[in-house]
This record gives sequence, structure tokens and C-alpha cells, in this order.
Amino acid sequence: MAGKATAPTDAQRATPEDEEEGFSLKKLGEAIAKFVLAPIAELGTLARLLSQVLFWVVRPPYRFRLFVEQAEFIGVGSVFIVGLTGFFVGAVLGLQLVDGFRDFGAENQTGAVVGIAMAREMGPVFTALMVSSRAGSAMTTEIGSMRVSDQINALITMAVNPVQFLIVPRFVAGIVMVPILDVLFCSIGLFGAYLVCTMLLGIDPGIFLGQMRWLVDWPDMMQGLIKAMVFGGTISLIACRQGFYASGGAAGVGRATNRSVVHNAIAILALDYLITALVLGQGI
Amino acid sequence: MGWFSASKPSAEEQARIDEAKQDPVHMYVRNIHKSYGDHHVLKGITFDVLRQKTNVVIGPSGSGKSVLMRQVIRLETPDEGEVVVNGVNYAALKGMDLERVRRNMGMVFQQSALFDSMTVFDNVAFPLREHTKMSRKEIRERVMDRLESLGIGHAWRKWPAELSGGMQRRVAVARAMVLETDILIYDEPTTGLDPLTVQTVDELIAETEEKFGVTSIVISHDMASVFRIADRITFLYFGEVAATGAPSVLAEQSEGPVAEYIDASGVSREFIVAHSKG
Repeated sequence: MAGKATAPTDAQRATPEDEEEGFSLKKLGEAIAKFVLAPIAELGTLARLLSQVLFWVVRPPYRFRLFVEQAEFIGVGSVFIVGLTGFFVGAVLGLQLVDGFRDFGAENQTGAVVGIAMAREMGPVFTALMVSSRAGSAMTTEIGSMRVSDQINALITMAVNPVQFLIVPRFVAGIVMVPILDVLFCSIGLFGAYLVCTMLLGIDPGIFLGQMRWLVDWPDMMQGLIKAMVFGGTISLIACRQGFYASGGAAGVGRATNRSVVHNAIAILALDYLITALVLGQGI
Repeated sequence: MGWFSASKPSAEEQARIDEAKQDPVHMYVRNIHKSYGDHHVLKGITFDVLRQKTNVVIGPSGSGKSVLMRQVIRLETPDEGEVVVNGVNYAALKGMDLERVRRNMGMVFQQSALFDSMTVFDNVAFPLREHTKMSRKEIRERVMDRLESLGIGHAWRKWPAELSGGMQRRVAVARAMVLETDILIYDEPTTGLDPLTVQTVDELIAETEEKFGVTSIVISHDMASVFRIADRITFLYFGEVAATGAPSVLAEQSEGPVAEYIDASGVSREFIVAHSKG
């Protein structure tokens, strides 16, 4: 019945003075090691989560309704912000290129350069950054709130795998919807550039479109779409990872959301370079 | 058996389970150890959970109550020890076997943990939609039956945020036992509630046990509440079992951590004798 219960003695308890020992080489070493190892640990966590997602994505039950809900949230919900950003990015790109090209009489090439830039780089990168800011941060907040209010534990106790229930639909929806948004971004961006170049800067519409058709090809579009797919999966994965392992109440969820946006921005730009280098076969 | 094994128990397993159900002890918790880094939180916890009774785990903050329940429900895996339910060591199960045993247990979390993106009805229907092939009509009937038997049938269309703390606990209980679970675990169900709602929750635990024949495990530090509902009490003190037994037995202790805890709670021995079960 009764075990020998032992409370910690005063001598065993940590005191505030222990915490304020001040500078020591050991502490400095630990801080440096933590700084260096943290990104590696984070990549490890993401890789582990990705392996779980890939494991659960092929296993029934297939929750199609959850996928549709997430596709609606990520895709339809981002149409306005992606379209608006696309228009202004296209417009300003056209403005800058015409101004720059005029210095050496090449303004007629604007349509081609805008097309290439939109399809290969601006479209996927800007779309991903917008989706990450709007939908990724919301994913982190929602899943983080579920974590700190025990809703994820409730799923586990009801024998429902939380990775399959919460992360898989978001991951698949990200992969499917970001390329669609990329196409929207490029279309509206090119329209913005066309309006500025032809109506305000005096470029001939036929030349603008002709140069674009001449230079922009399917491989350029495919490069952009592949990037958008990778970015879509990455955004969902990073956002869900931050929410899924959030701790520390409301403040912890806030910090996780902050990390989610920052990590996503870094990941998108780093992956953009990596994919570009791989596709072009140079730069690595 | 692994992840891809069948979800139903074999005939041999079923026979063993049926035989185990005759045992008055529903769950044997044996020598559970759990550490986080250097911090040894649970130091060999051993106690029995009586079948179809209310078993309460009490103890001061930091004594390891919640950590113990996380091992029992297998939100975490203990470093050492066994949790035997119906003859099966739950602590050693993995994959689909673990999921199958888990379906026989429900947990009511401290803050209820209702899904705030779902209505009351959808919250309670959730386990049925996930784990059964019941028709929509059957699910509707089962959910409404559970909600009405717990006195919250009128709230089926409401959102969790629109409910009081007591009603949220009721919905959480309905959700936890809608799959006809054998064991219900309550994690500090009365924390943060006013005295009247505390009494309502106490009655709810007793009602649930009586109506549905479930085994209840309640984690609490609310002494008045504990002695009203408990058939058996296990007292945790710094990661060890300091005492376990019927409420009246614990109330008789005049020295040691249990006596100190009872005295500090302000609950008189007379109250305990007058209000404890049996």
C-alpha cells in the first residue's frame, strides 16, 4: 500500500542564484552548439513529419471532404490576394523593364522578358509567399490552438491519427492548389504588364504579345508549376509542423505562427534556387 | 501484430477478453516509471482500477497525476511498467492493436477539448463516423440518445464556445463514451468550475457510471469532490503512491502526506465520513 514518498529537499531544489551564475565557457559553448544544431534538428523534424505524411497519405480512410475544405481555404480563399499581387507585380515589372530597356532600344523585348520572369520565377515565388502569409499562418494558428487546448490529444484518445486527419489534407491541398494559384498569378500579372506597357508606355500590343509567344515555352511554364507544387507542399508541411508541435499556450501559438511565416519564406527562396539550379543544370 | 493487422480481435483474444471481464479489477497499473531528461516524474506507480467503480487519483500539484494518466491512456509510452486491461498489456501495444484497445477508453480533458470547428452534434458523432459503418440515421439516434441521457439534448446545434463549463464537460463525456467505451478517464474535471457546477459534474460522473456501467478514473485535487464520488482513492506524492484504498480508510490516517493534504484542503473528517460512498 503505502510507498516511501520522498519530496525534494531544499538542497536539491534549484535557486534563482543557480540561474544567474553568469558567463561561463560551457554556457557559451552550449549556446553556439544550439545555434548551429537548431537548423539541422528542424530539418530532421520536418523530414520525420514528411515521412509520416507520405505514410498516411496512401492509407485509408481517405477524407475527401477534408481535402475539399482545405483546397477551398488555401485556393479559393487566396484568389483575391494572389490576383491583386499578381496584377501589381506584373504592372511594376513592365514599367521597370520598359524604362531599363529604353536605354539601349530594346523595349520591344519587354513582353518576352515579363513572360519568362512570370512563368519561371515571379509566379511561383510570389504566389507561395502570399499563400504562406495568408493560409500557412492560419494553419499554424489553428493546429497550434488545437494542440494547446488538448484537441489533438483528444483525437489520439479517439484512435484517430492526427497526422492523417490534420496534416495530410492540408499537404495535398497545398500541392494541388498552389500551382493553380500560380497560373492565376501569371495570367493576371501578364495582363497588368500588358496594360501598363501598351496603354501607358506606348509599346505596340502585337509586338508585346508576339515577343512573349516567341520566347515563353512549355518548359518555362512547367518549371514554374513544378516549383509551385514543391512550394505548396512545403508551405503546408512547415505550417503544420509549427502548429503541431506548438506549446506554451496562446503565447506559444503566437511564436509558432511567427516561425511558420519566417521559415516558409526562407524555405521558398532556398528551394527556388535549388530547383532552378537543378532544372537549368548549372549553379550548384 | 503491426500497422496492417486486422482491427477486430481474434476468437482466442476475444475469449481471453471475455474471461478477463469477470475480474473485479479492470486495469492493473504496475511499476510505471517515466522520466523527462534527468527528472524522474513517476517512480514505480502501482495500483488497481476497480471495474465499474469510480477510481480517483489525487495528489498535490506536481505529484505526477496528469503524467500518470498520459501513460495510462498511452498519449505517452512509459519508460517501464505495465498497464494491463482485460488481460492485455496496453503499455506494450503498437499500431492497430493500440488503436483497437484505445477505442474502449475515453478521456474527458480538463478543458473538455471539444473540437471548436464542430457543433455539439458533430463532436459527439465524430467517433462514430470515424470508427463505425453506422448509417446517418443510426448515428443521429445514438448521438441524440447520449445527449438526452446527459441532459443536453437541446444543445445539439450549438457550438462549444456557446456552452457553459458544465455543459462542455457533459458534451465531452457524451463524446468519450459514444462508442460504448468501458473506461472513462476524467482529467481534473472540476478545475475552474464554480461550486454548483462542481456538484453537477460530480453527479454526472456518478450518473455515467450507473447508467452505462463504465469504469471511471478521475484525476483531481478537489478533496470535497473526491470524497463524494470515489469508491477507491490512490494518493500520489512526488511520483510515488503514498496510499491507496477506500475513502474512509484514507480519511482515518492521522499523520503522513495524506493526512496533511486532507487537513490542508479544509475538508473535515466528519464531512468525509458523511459524504463518502459506502
